[in-house]
Amino acid sequence: MSDFVTLESVDLQYGGKGGVLALSGTDMSIRKGEFAAVVGPSGCGKSSLMKLVTGLTPSTAGQIKVDGQTVSGPLKCVGMAFQNPTLLPWRKLLSNVMLPLEIVQPHRGRLMRHRQEYVEKARGLLKMVDLQGFEERHPWELSGGMQQRANLCRALIHNPDLLMLDEPFGALDAFTREELWGVLQDIWMEKRFTTILVTHDLREAAYLADVIYVMSARPGRVIATHRVDLPRPRTLETTFEPRFIEIVHTIRNEIAQIREESRAA
Amino acid sequence: MYSSNRRSLHLLMPWLVLAVLLTVWQLSVVVFEIPSFILPSPVAIYHAFQEYRPIILHHASLTMMNTMIGFGFGVIVGVLLGIFIGTIPMVYSGLYPVLIGFNSIPKVALVPIIVLWLGIGQPTAIATAFILCFFPIAVNVATGLATVEPEVEDVLRSLGASKIDLIRKIGLPRAMPFFFASLKISITLAFVGTVIAETIASNDGIGYLMMQASSQFRVPLMFAGVAVIAALGILTYVIFAFIEKRMTGWAIRGKK
Ligand SMILES: Nc1ncnc2c1ncn2[C@@H]1O[C@H](COP(=O)(O)OP(=O)(O)OP(=O)(O)O)[C@@H](O)[C@H]1O
Ligand SMILES: [Mg+2]
Repeated sequence: MSDFVTLESVDLQYGGKGGVLALSGTDMSIRKGEFAAVVGPSGCGKSSLMKLVTGLTPSTAGQIKVDGQTVSGPLKCVGMAFQNPTLLPWRKLLSNVMLPLEIVQPHRGRLMRHRQEYVEKARGLLKMVDLQGFEERHPWELSGGMQQRANLCRALIHNPDLLMLDEPFGALDAFTREELWGVLQDIWMEKRFTTILVTHDLREAAYLADVIYVMSARPGRVIATHRVDLPRPRTLETTFEPRFIEIVHTIRNEIAQIREESRAA
Repeated sequence: MYSSNRRSLHLLMPWLVLAVLLTVWQLSVVVFEIPSFILPSPVAIYHAFQEYRPIILHHASLTMMNTMIGFGFGVIVGVLLGIFIGTIPMVYSGLYPVLIGFNSIPKVALVPIIVLWLGIGQPTAIATAFILCFFPIAVNVATGLATVEPEVEDVLRSLGASKIDLIRKIGLPRAMPFFFASLKISITLAFVGTVIAETIASNDGIGYLMMQASSQFRVPLMFAGVAVIAALGILTYVIFAFIEKRMTGWAIRGKK
């Protein structure tokens, strides 16, 4: 399989010279159809990394390639779910989820004539994340966790080639979160889009990912890469297997060490 | 029960205040024997209104028409200007300060100039109404467009949205509450503009009527004119406030 996303010694400095150095010498290569997770201490530049890969923020140095093309502007057709759900308050849930269809081709051209088909699809996604019955509500009538789940649907509706998730389950309770791991894994196994998931939850990373990148404290760079070779589909039972626990432990120790080092420095 | 009682009380309050004011006014005029050419009593004003009703209504309808035409132009120009300023940063930096400067000119000072260009009469009234009312609309629409949350924009940009898409899908809907809020302000300003122009340079309209009444010392008629303008101003304000509430319920999260 070929590399779908590659970063070569990428730097990112906010606010020009003398500004915050968020990333420094970051290398990554993610294969097509692979599920990658990025973990690291808070403020190490994970969200910044997402914006770099999608071309929303230009890098200060280094090269980023997606699907063989050097990223120089916003990519098209990425599915993105940010840390805070950015649903549009004037749209009801269903039309919020369907928003990407109004932008991305070929759906954009087909939406008018095949509306019913798309509505069914959106309803199906909402059902999968347990939001049926809320299609006609406004986002502000929903809880934070419900908004995050709808946010995930919006990121998936247009069958993106690349899915970028920035702590999509942050505001959810443990049970819902674990349930959604299963849902996301099912969808991913069916469609096999390349995915980059930023998370603080190491179990989440180990459950979902093929490969886990561990980042250092700011300025962030990749200091360790772990392949998760557990068979799929993984279940909650998997999370109690020794191999799973071992991976989580190793990464936890690495991050604890980073935090100590950065505190000492 | 309790809350619905309270709600109707809230709706009643303005009328109560008005009634009290008018009563105090009437009583003071009677008790202190204030001559009607200084301050006519509400009852006297009402009689004047009854007496001159056809004339007042004729002039009021002209004022209303001029206001609405000026306001219509104001909305069109204000919205276009607002979109222009709010979506192109370079235009924002260039035009915004100039507009602020323009807006700080007392508009009455412009009326003689407008008269010079458009002559005495309806066009001047319309132009003055327009000049007074387009500014809040332009500024509000521009503000709404320029303050779109970057994260929301990022979501659309990563889908390959064009600048036009961004304006259509998030800029304009977001600017709607700002726009409707500015309509309420602008319609009142448009009234002010029309009446100012009519008092200075017109042969009809409420402003003209009041100048006439003033020169003939028909004080109750003047007050009747003021009352009619106030009523029209409130009426249009209420209409736009209602439209605002209907159109932008999401902005106040469905609260009353
Ligand atoms: N727009 C910005 N302008 C200036 N500095 C920024 C900006 N965005 C982020 N930063 C800085 O870059 C660093 C990395 O931020 P980033 O949001 O990428 O961290 P993160 O790893 O996502 O953190 P968290 O896990 O808490 O979400 C932080 O120190 C932050 O202060
Ligand atoms: Mg972050």
